[in-house]
Amino acid sequence: MKLLIPGPVMDEIRSHGEKLYPEEGAGLILGSIEGEHREARRVLPMPNHFNSGERNRRYLLDPQEILQAEELAEQLGLEVIGIFHSHPDHPPAPSQYDLDWAVPWYVYLITRVEQGAASESRAWRMLEDHTRMVEQALEIEDGEG
Amino acid sequence: MTQIRVPTPLRPYTEGEGQVKIEANTVGEALEELTAKFPSIGPHLFNDDGELRPYVNLFVNDKDVRTLEGVQTAIHDSDTLMILPSIAGGIFA
Repeated sequence: MKLLIPGPVMDEIRSHGEKLYPEEGAGLILGSIEGEHREARRVLPMPNHFNSGERNRRYLLDPQEILQAEELAEQLGLEVIGIFHSHPDHPPAPSQYDLDWAVPWYVYLITRVEQGAASESRAWRMLEDHTRMVEQALEIEDGEG
Repeated sequence: MTQIRVPTPLRPYTEGEGQVKIEANTVGEALEELTAKFPSIGPHLFNDDGELRPYVNLFVNDKDVRTLEGVQTAIHDSDTLMILPSIAGGIFA
């Protein structure tokens, strides 16, 4: 699978991680699916509902807000294709905690935010058998996408 | 019949259906019926020990069943059982 993200959409993901640093920032990626390609069209930054003292290493999205986002996506003719979140001062690779909570089918985009500045992003997907997450191709499109 | 709302990531296992109608008296029975109808959804709702996976949230209408009677919560024809994914993660520390 390849995840395509227009530059301006990627900028929004990076900005959200930087804005919430040193806490983790997360949200949903809305887009379309074309065969093995998923194309992001817009993102919905979401509140981090994890306990306030642990948001520097954990994120949690509210199920009711996810439902509202799914309904919005349907209205827009899009789908919730994935989740983005930041790893403050840590590599953009899934942790054991990410593995424990990952839902197959979604693509998970993780962005490292180092000292408040977003750097590398990588895309991952949980295998159907729930055993591990596998890196996916990520293409960030220049210009207006 | 009770309506079950299936979230996007589980629709590949319900032949693309986002709404499934089920005859059941409790949330647990509804999940059993759903799994009987669409066996491939089972491993994505339950782990190898038969427990609900951590990312599975169940709401009857707008109420989380954890605040009711869990999978023993009664459901009626007019109710909608919503399966909603919990989305969470974090770093290594």
